[in-house]
Amino acid sequence: MIVAAKKPIEEIIEQVKGLRSVLVLGCNECVTVCEAGGKKEVGVLASALRMYFLQQGREVNVGEHTLERQCDTEYLEEIRNNIDAYEAVVSLACGVGIQFTAERYPSKPVYPGVNTCFMGAALERGVWAERCQGCGSCILASTGAVCPVTRCAKRLLNGPCGGSTAGKCEISKDVDCAWQLIVDRLKTLGRLEDYETLCPVKDWSTDRAGGPRKVIREDLRS
Amino acid sequence: MRLNYPSSIRIIRVPCTGKVDVLHILRCFERGADGVYVVGCREGDCHYQSGNFRAKKRVEQAQQLLDRIGIGGSRVRMCNLSSSDAPLFVRFAEEMHAAVLGAGPNPVRAALASKRTITDPPAAGLNAGTGPLS
Repeated sequence: MIVAAKKPIEEIIEQVKGLRSVLVLGCNECVTVCEAGGKKEVGVLASALRMYFLQQGREVNVGEHTLERQCDTEYLEEIRNNIDAYEAVVSLACGVGIQFTAERYPSKPVYPGVNTCFMGAALERGVWAERCQGCGSCILASTGAVCPVTRCAKRLLNGPCGGSTAGKCEISKDVDCAWQLIVDRLKTLGRLEDYETLCPVKDWSTDRAGGPRKVIREDLRS
Repeated sequence: MRLNYPSSIRIIRVPCTGKVDVLHILRCFERGADGVYVVGCREGDCHYQSGNFRAKKRVEQAQQLLDRIGIGGSRVRMCNLSSSDAPLFVRFAEEMHAAVLGAGPNPVRAALASKRTITDPPAAGLNAGTGPLS
């Protein structure tokens, strides 16, 4: 999932302090799972904003709504008849949802309520870690399903650098060396000979180096 | 025992303090409460293992948020006692009552009194309208 973290309330207040009405818009997908922008977080933020403005002596209409997804046009249509009641939107969706909301409603200012962090997984409750950088040409088949593009600080594709010590990366003792994980995993799978196979130069044009990307499926297009 | 505690306190019963969310605490303040304290079982005695610890973390979150929006985090507290410890219940109630008197009225309540028009929900169809006193 896409992992996001809540923005400090002070930053959000700074964005909306001059408004007379604002819609706090959540998303039922990834940001709900990582507890940054679901219905509950929408309620908490809207309540906090209402109280802030009330004690400032300001009459600000703070609305709440949570869409199934903010990254699909059909769900964004749900607010078309109501959005004009608000001067602006604070979106608690990931960066994709925030931008897509802004694209669908060009005349409406949309402010981010979260910091979108990465594509990751929950290690335990309250702890998420990055697992994919969306490089566009997956090499997990040859690395025992451990991604060196994401988990190696240097994105090395042919074994560890000299900074790998006792299974940890030199950048932090809390960061596993991706190549140690890969070797351990290949050993478990009985495929250690894969480690001897050189990975050819990777085509980075499918990564961000090629600019903003698109996936086009002609078989699905209408 | 027939013990007395301050009459200003309204009790909201929940199955376990683990049920109490930050949102529940904030809603109390939005509706004008001067203080909220969550009374759970003693630490380590939760029938559901960790309900009171979860409540403790949520109370801390609410305190931080209320501090940052200027309401005052000291208006929220977590207390732990045994269900048979009535004298301690009374002591917590009296302490909270005194703390709230010291902190003064919830600033939101004063604002609500003069600006009740804010409570109107913005538009039909959106799940807004959870405004104060609505």
